[in-house]
Amino acid sequence: MTTTADIHEPTFLAGDEFSIPTFRLLKQDGTLYEGAKAPELDKERALAIYHAMVATRVLDERMLAAQRQGRLSFYMQCTGEEAAVVGATAALDDADMIMAQYREQGALIYRGFTFDEFMNQLFGNELDYGKGRQMPIHYGSRKLHYMTISSPLATQIPQATGYAYGQKLAGDGQCTAVFFGEGAASEGDFHAALNMAAVHEAPVIFFCRNNGYAISTPSIEQFAADGVAPRAFGYRMHVIRVDGNDILAVYSATQEARRIAVEHNQPVLIEAMSYRLAAHSSSDDPSGYRSKKEEEAWREKDPLLRMQRWLDDLGWWSDDEEKALQESLRREVLETMKRAEKRPPPPLDSLVTDVYADVTPELQRQLDALKRHIRQYPDAYPKGARALDPDVRAGDDTAAKGEK
Amino acid sequence: MPTMNMLQAINNALDIAMGEDEKVLCFGEDVGSFGGVFRATSHLQEKYGRARCFNTPLVEQGIVGFANGLAAQGSVPVAEIQFADYIFPAFDQIVNETAKFRYRSGDLFNVGGLTIRAPYGGGISGGLYHSQSPEAYFAHTPGLKVVVPRDPYQAKGLLLAAIRDPDPVIFFEPKRLYRASVGEVPEEDYQLPIGEAEVTKEGTDVTLVGWGAQMEVIERAVELAEKDGISCEVIDLRSLLPWDEDTVAESVFKTGRLVITHEAPRTGGFAGEIAAAVQERCFLYLESPIARVTGLDTPFPLTLEKEYLPDHLKIVEAIRESVNF
Repeated sequence: MTTTADIHEPTFLAGDEFSIPTFRLLKQDGTLYEGAKAPELDKERALAIYHAMVATRVLDERMLAAQRQGRLSFYMQCTGEEAAVVGATAALDDADMIMAQYREQGALIYRGFTFDEFMNQLFGNELDYGKGRQMPIHYGSRKLHYMTISSPLATQIPQATGYAYGQKLAGDGQCTAVFFGEGAASEGDFHAALNMAAVHEAPVIFFCRNNGYAISTPSIEQFAADGVAPRAFGYRMHVIRVDGNDILAVYSATQEARRIAVEHNQPVLIEAMSYRLAAHSSSDDPSGYRSKKEEEAWREKDPLLRMQRWLDDLGWWSDDEEKALQESLRREVLETMKRAEKRPPPPLDSLVTDVYADVTPELQRQLDALKRHIRQYPDAYPKGARALDPDVRAGDDTAAKGEK
Repeated sequence: MPTMNMLQAINNALDIAMGEDEKVLCFGEDVGSFGGVFRATSHLQEKYGRARCFNTPLVEQGIVGFANGLAAQGSVPVAEIQFADYIFPAFDQIVNETAKFRYRSGDLFNVGGLTIRAPYGGGISGGLYHSQSPEAYFAHTPGLKVVVPRDPYQAKGLLLAAIRDPDPVIFFEPKRLYRASVGEVPEEDYQLPIGEAEVTKEGTDVTLVGWGAQMEVIERAVELAEKDGISCEVIDLRSLLPWDEDTVAESVFKTGRLVITHEAPRTGGFAGEIAAAVQERCFLYLESPIARVTGLDTPFPLTLEKEYLPDHLKIVEAIRESVNF
């Protein structure tokens, strides 16, 4: 239904009538903008947020290094976007569902996912909740209300609308927050999701991390509009653009978005303006598509540094504490990595479990045939052979690598 | 026992499911107060409210994405895709999401509560885009179950089973039979097993395998064949994924001959899968080549629909050739 006045001349609107401001509270020097009011954030929560941001940075640095050493097949960093991800998560209720894209490990850290849990997934060992089935960084946690990551982009967005609709019917006062990049927002699923959320009044927060690039494609080649935010008007949805490197602004905006979502069953779009300081993934080299100068300019806007200065000014944090935290986190990453690397792979049967609730007879036949084959050629399938007969160490790791 | 057509049986199954469990939701294009373009969801909104039975915007990828999220949350969505021909915008959500949800999360999350209903098949002058039988695309996707009922009794029992099944089910409804197929259907709740074929007629000379609307066509062909003195065993596969290899193989051990029929194009069609599995298991028992009676490898035609369709005459010819090989 449209509510509209009549005109009698063909007057077109050009699509740039709406200029969307950016919500900012914290300057890069750690002081508030004039007239800005910091959200209520006690010391304990502020430090929990900061810890999660630093832990995310440390984990990312170490794991990229591990990937470069050949210990890990693949990795993706959140570097530069920690405030957007952790700030938004901190403003949610811990039982709200998070549906992430893939660069939101900070949300998991904030909710208490341990480094051991991260490492088990990254190394796909027997303790990985995902049973070694997905590439590194595809985390999930039922107890922490964090939906398992799926590689196809934007598929999580309409799912979030549906999940939130179910939460509304359940009446438990929870909402869903869904993260995605400005590139993924070009997918049809994005538009389907926002439209359905507005029509069906689903309590969902659409959190767009506009980090400037979809792998190598700059946002200027992704859309002609002023970012992703103006699309909300087309769906009649609340929207705010926020400085994604400003922890206070992100926290405050998400808090308010959650209130709108849960109290009024209305979806909200948040566009967080940030920058992907690292490469898209360990397989990417940004020097082919952007300048060092541009990266340096954004490094100056580091969200960790900004929050640290704010904490310093309040007397809640010191250089010594910073040093101690960094050291203990680095140590913990290395220890947990060593533990996870040594653990055996998931059992062979995990090839066929969870395809269905129960293994079908045909699948069981296929598994039995595979087992017979592996027993015939154990050296060719060292992981499977070990899982079948733990006592028979088929070949050794050197031979296994040779097979690859 | 009351008599129902297939639409009434489907509507009755949805009514029972929604009545017993408030987590069951029905939605899709025109599904709300209108009751769906075929009226499969008639009166459900009236009875259970707009929150549980509703229209969606016209966006299949959104419908299935939304349904995936609902199922992951613990609801029991029954999503309607208005025509199976229009399921393809949702292909990514079905193949990459629905089918892999449980596996990729190590069973932390699943969308087992999801059922996707879609009318399929030709014979209604629907041309290219209201006649297709896309079951083979989905039967190629581990993690999905694919179910096709042949009559009202089967439709009710299989749909109730699909809704309650712990895995996501794509439920293809033979729309040519929506009103044409009428039969006795118990008023009460019952389920029929998913993954089990049914021998609808016993015989000794040749085995016929089909599903959905094709079962009625097989029946007519069998009548003709039996006049020639050929004893036919007929199997309704009912589920294509997982499919009941054992029942088909046992029948072929007995008859030594197999004719498979479906409306979908031949190349890459599900008959090929059945033929391959049966020759693996029954090679030394086969008396003649396994025959496929299918649509042509073309888009679905309009004016020449009758010529395209694998009708009873094409099937009876295949039976005769098989027996006289």
